[in-house]
Amino acid sequence: MTTEPERYELRAPASYVFESNRREFFKFLGAGVFIACAASKAGAFQESGSGRRNSEELPREIDAWLHIGEEGGITAFTGKVEVGQNIRTSLTQAVAEELKVPVNSIRLVMGDTELVPFDMGTFGSRTTPVMNLQLRRVSAAARDVLIDLAAKQWGVDRAHLTASDGQVLDPQTKRSLPYAQIVQGRQITQMLPAEDPLIPASDWKVAGQPVSKVNGRDFVTGKHRYPSDQALPGMLYGKIARPTAFNATLVSSDTQAAERLPGVIVVRDGNFVGVAAPSSALAEQALSLIHLQWKAERQPSSAELFEYLKKNQSHEDREEGPAAKKGDVQKALASAAHKVQQTYNISYIAHAPLEPRAALAEWNGDRLTVWTGTQRPFGVRGELANAFHLPEDKVRVFMPDTGAAYGGKHTGDAAIEAARLARAAKKPVKVVWTREEEFTWAYFRPAGVVEVTGAVDTEGKITAWEFHNYNSGSAGIATYYDIPNQLIEFHPVKSPLRQGSYRGLAATANHFAREVHMDELAHASGVDPLEFRVKNLKEERLRDVFVKGGEKFGWSKPRAKNHGYGVGGGYEKLGYVATFVEVAADRGTNEVKIERVLTAFDCGAIVNPDGLRNQLIGASIMGLGGALFEAVEFEDGRILNNHFASYRVPRFRDLPPMEALLLDRKDQPSVGAGEAPIVGLAPAIANAVFDAIGVRLRGMPLGPPLVSHGYHFG
Amino acid sequence: MGSMKLVINGQAYNIDASPDAILLSVLREQLDLTGSKYGCGEGQCGACTVLVDGKARRSCQTPISALSDKSITTIEGLAKGDRLHPVQQAFLDEGAMQCAYCTSGMIMSAVSLLSFKPNPSEKEIVDYMQGNICRCGAQPRIIAAIRRAAAIERSRS
Repeated sequence: MTTEPERYELRAPASYVFESNRREFFKFLGAGVFIACAASKAGAFQESGSGRRNSEELPREIDAWLHIGEEGGITAFTGKVEVGQNIRTSLTQAVAEELKVPVNSIRLVMGDTELVPFDMGTFGSRTTPVMNLQLRRVSAAARDVLIDLAAKQWGVDRAHLTASDGQVLDPQTKRSLPYAQIVQGRQITQMLPAEDPLIPASDWKVAGQPVSKVNGRDFVTGKHRYPSDQALPGMLYGKIARPTAFNATLVSSDTQAAERLPGVIVVRDGNFVGVAAPSSALAEQALSLIHLQWKAERQPSSAELFEYLKKNQSHEDREEGPAAKKGDVQKALASAAHKVQQTYNISYIAHAPLEPRAALAEWNGDRLTVWTGTQRPFGVRGELANAFHLPEDKVRVFMPDTGAAYGGKHTGDAAIEAARLARAAKKPVKVVWTREEEFTWAYFRPAGVVEVTGAVDTEGKITAWEFHNYNSGSAGIATYYDIPNQLIEFHPVKSPLRQGSYRGLAATANHFAREVHMDELAHASGVDPLEFRVKNLKEERLRDVFVKGGEKFGWSKPRAKNHGYGVGGGYEKLGYVATFVEVAADRGTNEVKIERVLTAFDCGAIVNPDGLRNQLIGASIMGLGGALFEAVEFEDGRILNNHFASYRVPRFRDLPPMEALLLDRKDQPSVGAGEAPIVGLAPAIANAVFDAIGVRLRGMPLGPPLVSHGYHFG
Repeated sequence: MGSMKLVINGQAYNIDASPDAILLSVLREQLDLTGSKYGCGEGQCGACTVLVDGKARRSCQTPISALSDKSITTIEGLAKGDRLHPVQQAFLDEGAMQCAYCTSGMIMSAVSLLSFKPNPSEKEIVDYMQGNICRCGAQPRIIAAIRRAAAIERSRS
């Protein structure tokens, strides 16, 4: 099984030339040992997400590098970025494990395009399966170099030596040499192939253990500086005059009153109108004095969304044939014992990261430096180079650990806006989007319509599966159930709203439709929904999460009166997940309360069980929003619910008890966990509601909430 | 514009701003106290929460004119030297954060809650923290951290 390409995450890779930088590294870091690791072919291919066509054209990339300095300072470099998934911690653990040093002795440089190896971006749950391995490889190689050097110095066979706690040890003579001493005065570089041996997960000492956020203290004291906290001397605050509707054209502008304000700069460049001022209050005042006239065509509204998606397929974006086609679906449908045909609708939702998009830009002559929160620092560097007609080496993008993204910060909008204003102002400019801007001008998780037809024989085996997804995407579209006759197809649509990546992206829509439909087929066949799934599954690890999760949840125990159980799960981003939900219904009002949630998850050998639990429960809570109440409402090019008061996200009162069952597979490669755990929740809730009150819910969100911690359905 | 005296984290500042200037902007732009965060500017998310005379207040909704003769505490003023406030320590111990952008607002709200409810029930915590948004989904750990902090404070006093 491989991961599906994420069409809304596709970006052309930039090339990186490593050789010329090696010398500069020693200049920057001082002498020492420097190890770099070539990206494995498999890693580069999967990382690109750009599908089969381009895999041969990818340059031979360097994934990661590591430096051990004369002072013993250990610095590892990665293009991955920290947006709350706590990979700064899990990647540091990987280095500590292989290099045999304490976690707190390592500095991890992330997302600074001048210092780190090229990276496509932090998305698609690729950090753990790819970057974790690569950092382990460079660290293991560095350890070997250090052991070699010590063996030479002592004149002994390296096989006798071991490494521990930042030193090379000779157990026979009880001698030891600290790493700092070994690297003194040396400049050693080594380029690694991708296939170096690693410590097996069963022997891990640091990796596999719960480690709390490495720089956690900076976050509880307010010391950490997020992108929106960055500042430079003489910096101005930028604000953008937004159009009245999407795709609008500027007809006329009156900016004179704003320009008369002291210290205020106004920039008009095509459809871009922005101001910069010495304080954000003055920038806001300037903005309020600007009068603009916009022209826009009529645009579709959320009230007609699903009808629109069915009618507006985009033929330019068509994929080359169906995602799956085998057997004869029509024939199997004709002879089926039970058949269900249904449609599932998925709304647009917003990421709403608590830190909105933000960027600080500074020009030095024709050199541009930008601090911004993005999952694609190199991609944003490319966007900036493009926007300002600069070669990429004139642009440096620096990504401080950011206030979340969830797939929502792939693009460089705020970075370009800040840089445009800074160029005009000849001073550094910071742009921080307002919440309303974040809800309006960022992009959304794609809405979708999914039509499914399934058929079952008299034995309870699925015989046919036809699945059409309009617009939401092809990630997770393939069924992992064992079905002889299949037709599965993604149909691109000209989206009425700007859409892009999201945690789990299209996999959430595809799992929702598939897992609710599975429930419908089980009921049509008179088979228990959990038994029905297991009966139709060959994949052993997926069966395991369903079976073990079901045992832990107590699936076979009788339900209390007016209580319902539901299950939903699948295979996503290389992880196996099954979510179980119990709801309690009030028959009189059809008000449903989620009593508890259990998610069983297998992501291979667990790197950091504490971080994993945090991610898994976090994904489930985020998933509650999309399952229960999040939906972007829009009309004629405007967003109607662009505030937290009108766009409801999960809050403390919305949370049922949530439990994680982690299946630690030390014999399997470690994979990501930030996305997969989100996919099972919505179908599990929908299926539990049906079990409790017999009302079948086929939309995300499932229904409008009436009361806190209780949801009204039916 | 005018000059106003504000007492923040025990220190007096003369602020050159109009009386309707918003506390959050003054903290972040004039005093370089960036621990209080902008999340919505509408009092809907709690990321900007500070203490005014010990009580939680949304700094994005607070004009500085309301603050003369008041004592303001921000996340930067909570620790005593190297010693973290019990709530800060409890958030660390419970790993009650992911991106941690909401953390300072969560901690300030929790300090406020514990100041008048030293041993809150889970329901009391949930009700009080309802106005603070965490998009990463760290709420269960935040609840655990507040309970732990309550226990630490009881043991210290």
